[in-house]
Amino acid sequence: MRIPISALIGLFFTGLYFSIAIFADFISPYGVAEIVGDAWEGPSATHWLGTDTIGRDMLSRMIYGGQTTIFVATMATLISFGLGSIFGFFAAVKGGWVDQILSRLVDLMMSIPTLISALVVLTVMPVTLPILIVVMGILDSTRVFRLSRAVAVDITVMDYVEAARLRGERQLWIIFREILPNALSPLVAEMGLRFIFAVLFISTLSFLGLGVQPPMADWGGIVKENKEGLSFGITAALYPAFAIATLAISVNLVADWVLNRTTSLKGGRG
Amino acid sequence: MHPVVKLVAQRLALGMLLLLAASVLIFVGTQILPGDVAQSILGQSATPQSLANLRAELGLNEPAISRYFSWLFNALQGDLGKALSNGQDIATSMGSRLGNTLFLAISAAVVAVPLAILLGLIAVRYQGRWPDRVISTVTLATVSVPEFLLGYIAMFFLSVKFRVFPSLAAINDGMTFFEKLNSIALPVLVLVLVVLGHMMRMTRAAILNVMQSAYVETAELKGLRKFTIIARHALPNAIAPVVNVVMLNLAYLVVGVVVVEVVFVYPGMGQYLVDHVSKRDVPVVQACGLVFAAVYIGLNLVADVVSILANPRLRHPK
Amino acid sequence: MKDDLAKLIDRIDAARMGRRGFIGGVAALGAATAMPRIAFAQSGTPKKGGHLKLGLGGGESSNSLDPALTLSQAPYNVMAHIGEPLVRVHPDNTLDMRVAEEVSASPDAKVWSFKIRQGITFHDGSPLTADDVLKTMQRHSDEKATSGALGIMKGIASMRAEGDLFEITLTDANADLPYLMADRHLLIQPGGGIDNPASGIMSGPYKIIVNEPGVRHTFERYAGYWDDSVGHFDTTEILIINDVTARTSALQSGQVDMANLIDPKIAALLGKAPGVTLQQTQGRGQNVFVMHVDTAPFDNVDLRLALKYAMDRQEMVDKVLRGYGSVGNDIPVNAAYPLFDDTIPQREFDLEKAAEHYKKSGHDGSPIILRTADTAFPGAVDAAALFQQSAQKAGIPLEIKREPNDGYWSEVWNKQPFCASYWGGRPTQDQMYATAYISSAEWNDTKFKNARFDELLMMARAELDQDKRKAQYREMADLVRDEGGLLLPMFNDFLDAHNDKVAGWVGNPNGDMMNDQAAIKCWQA
Repeated sequence: MRIPISALIGLFFTGLYFSIAIFADFISPYGVAEIVGDAWEGPSATHWLGTDTIGRDMLSRMIYGGQTTIFVATMATLISFGLGSIFGFFAAVKGGWVDQILSRLVDLMMSIPTLISALVVLTVMPVTLPILIVVMGILDSTRVFRLSRAVAVDITVMDYVEAARLRGERQLWIIFREILPNALSPLVAEMGLRFIFAVLFISTLSFLGLGVQPPMADWGGIVKENKEGLSFGITAALYPAFAIATLAISVNLVADWVLNRTTSLKGGRG
Repeated sequence: MHPVVKLVAQRLALGMLLLLAASVLIFVGTQILPGDVAQSILGQSATPQSLANLRAELGLNEPAISRYFSWLFNALQGDLGKALSNGQDIATSMGSRLGNTLFLAISAAVVAVPLAILLGLIAVRYQGRWPDRVISTVTLATVSVPEFLLGYIAMFFLSVKFRVFPSLAAINDGMTFFEKLNSIALPVLVLVLVVLGHMMRMTRAAILNVMQSAYVETAELKGLRKFTIIARHALPNAIAPVVNVVMLNLAYLVVGVVVVEVVFVYPGMGQYLVDHVSKRDVPVVQACGLVFAAVYIGLNLVADVVSILANPRLRHPK
Repeated sequence: MKDDLAKLIDRIDAARMGRRGFIGGVAALGAATAMPRIAFAQSGTPKKGGHLKLGLGGGESSNSLDPALTLSQAPYNVMAHIGEPLVRVHPDNTLDMRVAEEVSASPDAKVWSFKIRQGITFHDGSPLTADDVLKTMQRHSDEKATSGALGIMKGIASMRAEGDLFEITLTDANADLPYLMADRHLLIQPGGGIDNPASGIMSGPYKIIVNEPGVRHTFERYAGYWDDSVGHFDTTEILIINDVTARTSALQSGQVDMANLIDPKIAALLGKAPGVTLQQTQGRGQNVFVMHVDTAPFDNVDLRLALKYAMDRQEMVDKVLRGYGSVGNDIPVNAAYPLFDDTIPQREFDLEKAAEHYKKSGHDGSPIILRTADTAFPGAVDAAALFQQSAQKAGIPLEIKREPNDGYWSEVWNKQPFCASYWGGRPTQDQMYATAYISSAEWNDTKFKNARFDELLMMARAELDQDKRKAQYREMADLVRDEGGLLLPMFNDFLDAHNDKVAGWVGNPNGDMMNDQAAIKCWQA
């Protein structure tokens, strides 16, 4: 099997980011909260990326921030996809009132402004990482539900699904053996982006004061902490933005590759 | 009755019920949030006495249930009431905010949706070659930068440095249509960049998914041009996921642009809602919530109907 | 979800402070208030005409035109355009006589009478009378009042209007009363605003034309205004820009001429931008952390001292305020207050002493939770992070918990035992201490209850001998500093900016934007 160069690049950087996140404690030159210099120092031999708004080492903040960001975003994406696609397929296959109830429930959840739902849930419950992840996952799963149901509904009327039904296959079998493989392309494309949206969502929550607790960092939060300097040529805010963008691109390069493989698996022509 | 018409009627009726349920949920939510409007209005200069006075004046001493029902009763008669915090008529002030929000959303959508689909088609046409890669990479990069940062960057270059467009999008009624368009150039630019990637990638993925079908092969064997095949044969069959993602992004343009509104000082619904949530001004939050819920329910309905219409097997169920 | 600037700058804005304060004691008072209004030295001669655009943070779409309900920057500035109180306070802390022409007191300072200036008209053309003043004050002090000024209207026994005189009788002597009348809420309204509090019709130098709360307000000079030295621009416009980067960008790109609440992080950089002038005004705002002295573990004086010694104040001033402020000393007053004893030793950052006191406190080593939020004061989360780091060096297990901005002032402040907070200043030490440090104070956010302290406050209020009074304040300061629950690392400065189209700026320590009057006192350059 040949892996195209773009996928290799994607795999390399995705792997790099994930391993930096996993081994943050060993790589990071300073602690995440440690104050080591003056505010907004430029890059130097001791601080490769300079320091942040109160004099913490930017590189260390980036490394630890990456850890939090990647961990939370990955987990939240997995939850939202797990929940969203399973319920979406289930609704599509079952149809009828099950579909109605699930779909309208999702309509209802989506129709409450995210700000209000997030505020209510996170002010009632303690803001810990697991709760943050679950809340993000559930809020996001409504979007995945819509998409996977729409894709699956198109598939359920296909002849091969009907054939499977007539064969007397069980519902679960149909979901996993007929629908999932055929719905994979749009879902994979969506997953790559949902991951990025999760990264951005954490920073929105930090904006509300509901995100990760200081002195922990996340990339979006670092952008926000340093954004004021931007219009005066202080680039501290650009590092995390650059990190998010490159992570986004590499994750999606991998997703594209998977996408190509899934589409080429199906057709007869290769 | 045609099944689609029946479905629309059914869904509209259900939509009303959903709106009701949404209003209950939002009301309960605002009750769960700590603090109340009297405290927010008076701030920390409040004394127990002035708080008690204001609560009595605003009718906050009534039980929550009777407050909800009196709100509902009036709302059903088309009276959304007055904002508790400043006594302004909600329908009037929300109306102009909603108008602004729709103006911005429509302007952004008019640019973004066709552009996204076109770019998606081009990406499929040149799949794996450089146009595909450039489009994918650029749209991914823009979608992954936090929107406020995109805003600041645009503002820095286009308005502070080169003064092409104004940094403030504060439109008002005294402006002509073209002045308004000029004012919102930067927020539209940012919003287009934010939503483009998502819609473009879904178009691309969904079309690729059907490109291996037999009818595409037939079309190819007929000798049709590649682009015609993609646009005429593949796209209509990939419409369900595309429409769903377009719908999600349209909803985002209406409901979720509060950050862009704040950065560009745009008088839209998002900021209006946020201000009143933080003031615990329940009637305004309820009214905004209803509008947003209606937008979501309506767009979801449109997406579902379009998906059905686009698929002959669903259009004519056996 | 936005800078909740509304609340943070001055949560409790009773009568505002002034730099030197006025000399305490009833005897001196008559003299001070009888002085004619001083014209403050402004560079150049005012010029009439032009249009001014202000970009202000601290405005919300829920803002009202009812002066009783103003709570944040944008409404303050709107109100300064359209309304006027009996008196205002000059930058040097003397009284600026506005609607009242003269003020005098009975020898025991219990009865105060204000002579109402003749010839003032409201924007609807009707004349302003002593009766309007009386009704206004009644609305704010009424049993059923919902005014933010209700707290400071306490202690009024009766009020009456007669001819052009408005008279207040107090239950207890209060030499500060005229300063209380400078409160931002107490703008004179026709008929006291009882029928229509949010009509926007008042007696200020500008009429309101467009009122879109949270978006923009436009004004036009009121031709019938009595004082020619105020109100130079023909028209002005306030744009609400809550995002600080957007605000500074708008100033830099010339879309607004003035901006408030400049972030200290970029103040120096902004000051260097072409055509932009940064205005730094020393104020009395305090960025603080408050501990409830009645709640464990903060009920232990050694633990409190340990935390006080473990705080690197200079670092906070340097990094959080970027030097735009001064170091605090765990007392809510500083040298800007009259009768301040500047020989009180400065609390130094001392890790050894901190560790020593921490050990002595016998604390079990469980995390000490400090609650903070961006809305507490700008940079509150950063300040907490700095504090956590320095405390850690002394072996104190401080842990930061960031709370949502939304609901911070109602749910965390004054409820949780250790949190970040903000205080504006007061004209006198008496008022500052009476607001939050005597046992009975409603806003006693450190739960500090000390009989000796209460006794001293009452004695000082009645004391006419300035030296004795100063000594009493010194003793009170020592009590708060060493036994109280206040950690006061820094006093912040007001930071505003304007472009070169604006002239006539004179900072006022009583508030930012020249104590809200930048728009009505500046002129076109």
